[in-house]
Amino acid sequence: MIKENQHLHSDIFADEPSVEYTRNGYGRGLVEVGRENEDVVAVCADLAGSTRTHFFKQEFPDRYIEVGVAEQNLATVGSGLAKYGKIPFISSYAAFNPGRNNEQIRTTIALNDVPVKILGAHAGVSVGPDGATHQQLEDIALMRAQPNMKVIVPADFQEAKKTVHVAYKQDGPVYFRVAREKTPEITTEDSPFEFGVANTLWESDSPDVAIIGCGWLVHKALVAAKQLKKHEDIDTLVINNHTIKPMDEQAVIQAGKRAGAVVTVEEHQVSAGMGSAVAEILAQNVPTPQEFIGVHDQFGESGPPMELVEKYGMGVDAIIEAVKRVKNRK
Amino acid sequence: MNITDDKVQELEEIAMDVRETIVRMLAEAGSGHLAGPLGMADMMTAFYFHVLEHKPDEPMWDDRDRLILSNGHTVPVRYAVMAHAGYFPIEDIENNLRKLGSPYQGHPERTEIPALETTSGPLGSGLGQAAGIAYGAQMDDRDFHVYCQMSDGEQDAGNIWESAMFAGANQLGNLTGVIDRNNIQINGHTEDVMPLEELVDKYEAFGWHVIEVDGHNIEHFVDACEQAKAIYEDPTLILAHTIPGKGIDEIEFDPGWHGKPPEKGAQEKAFLQELRTLEGKIEASHLD
Repeated sequence: MIKENQHLHSDIFADEPSVEYTRNGYGRGLVEVGRENEDVVAVCADLAGSTRTHFFKQEFPDRYIEVGVAEQNLATVGSGLAKYGKIPFISSYAAFNPGRNNEQIRTTIALNDVPVKILGAHAGVSVGPDGATHQQLEDIALMRAQPNMKVIVPADFQEAKKTVHVAYKQDGPVYFRVAREKTPEITTEDSPFEFGVANTLWESDSPDVAIIGCGWLVHKALVAAKQLKKHEDIDTLVINNHTIKPMDEQAVIQAGKRAGAVVTVEEHQVSAGMGSAVAEILAQNVPTPQEFIGVHDQFGESGPPMELVEKYGMGVDAIIEAVKRVKNRK
Repeated sequence: MNITDDKVQELEEIAMDVRETIVRMLAEAGSGHLAGPLGMADMMTAFYFHVLEHKPDEPMWDDRDRLILSNGHTVPVRYAVMAHAGYFPIEDIENNLRKLGSPYQGHPERTEIPALETTSGPLGSGLGQAAGIAYGAQMDDRDFHVYCQMSDGEQDAGNIWESAMFAGANQLGNLTGVIDRNNIQINGHTEDVMPLEELVDKYEAFGWHVIEVDGHNIEHFVDACEQAKAIYEDPTLILAHTIPGKGIDEIEFDPGWHGKPPEKGAQEKAFLQELRTLEGKIEASHLD
């Protein structure tokens, strides 16, 4: 059952759910924090429209800083601005930021421990026709491995907007990723969203399996949960694990204890992603059988976004199968 | 603001003391880079004892000039000069460089010593950071100046040219870059490893004002810094020609000394002896 206290969107289970760009959430949120604090600046690498940084540029042209197609400089200029006293949001595609400038982020932002907020846009295979070069599937791994770095993966438009506020309030560096396509609206303005606190969206009294997801695929997890209940009488929990680092350890441990089996869902390589972080917590506290929904050591390819998600094993059917598999391993 | 002959002589003497500190600290550490720091000793002394607006007893004074050390491997010269300027005890830095638990990391870390301004070592990333600081300062009409000390070898890195383009395009007149043009890098001479010339033309094409100086002539280096500050419309590059290992014959010009410390004991003593008898030579280079 959907948890009432989450104030989720009413169209979640509609045949055609209401959709919106998560990157619009980033763009709108950035304008909001820009109004709150004039030290907030936006730095962009020739992708103001795609990343929706142009909303900020329109309202605060003097606080928009263009570096051109130069992602290494995006990171180093961002570091300098933060060191001086600004709160820079640096944006590009996740394939380049942090894909290309990982070392600059590591040395001049994370080790340097300065408050640069890093947006990776167009994450995952759902980028679609652009193909593997632009489908970033390793960014969570890169960023969560860096000390001092915090990592958030918002699930929809509203969470992307709230993520900007949360990132702005953190003292140090924060990385967050958004998708290219319009994706289902899961949460509303009234939904709780607290840094480091996972939200249980679908609750069962005695769950057989806990589905722990992040990003827009949380919607597919919810649809899978409903179908599992209806067709198979399998009870699940669905947890929106938006903060990858620091992860809500207690929520993960409780889920492992209550359900005794876990499926993680992310649009990322299964190696070193959110699911791996969940496995690290479970292995040390409550060893639990786990199945991993994500990309298995492959690069993506060109194609329609949703067909790619299915092909790479991240659709509703794949989640349902994973839940049944892990249930049998209990 | 011209520098007097007496002041130049005083700085030359400090630079010799700094060189001695560098030899001692590296011999004690047993690892680290010797040639670059010795070659930069005169410029770094000029920075901390004349050029920079700063307060050793108030390191994070908000109006201080910012000095970014992009070629982080040369940080021994910065530690040594800062110690002589009063930031930390000289014995402390001579005994603790690169030691476990010491703030004097092998490459500079801001979180250990905030007065270092930034964390650096991987080459090519300092100029962008300096440009970011300069851009922010320009947004707020701040008066302080931003300096970025670089090596010539790191001009191989693409990040440098992204930053050079950014600084030129945004006319960051409050930014001055300094290249320690000593012509060596790890694999040999710069023009053999990856030719850099014509460096002056390259920076000018990126919108910078360029001044060439002898990096061991403190008077000329200080003049160049004053000129750079006076130029408001563009960033300035000071291309400072130096001798790697300056002050010790065996080390001068030899790429083999890029990443080596002096051996503790006889070699350290011989180097220190040589430095102590060199004052006349350094003074002569100033007078010509």
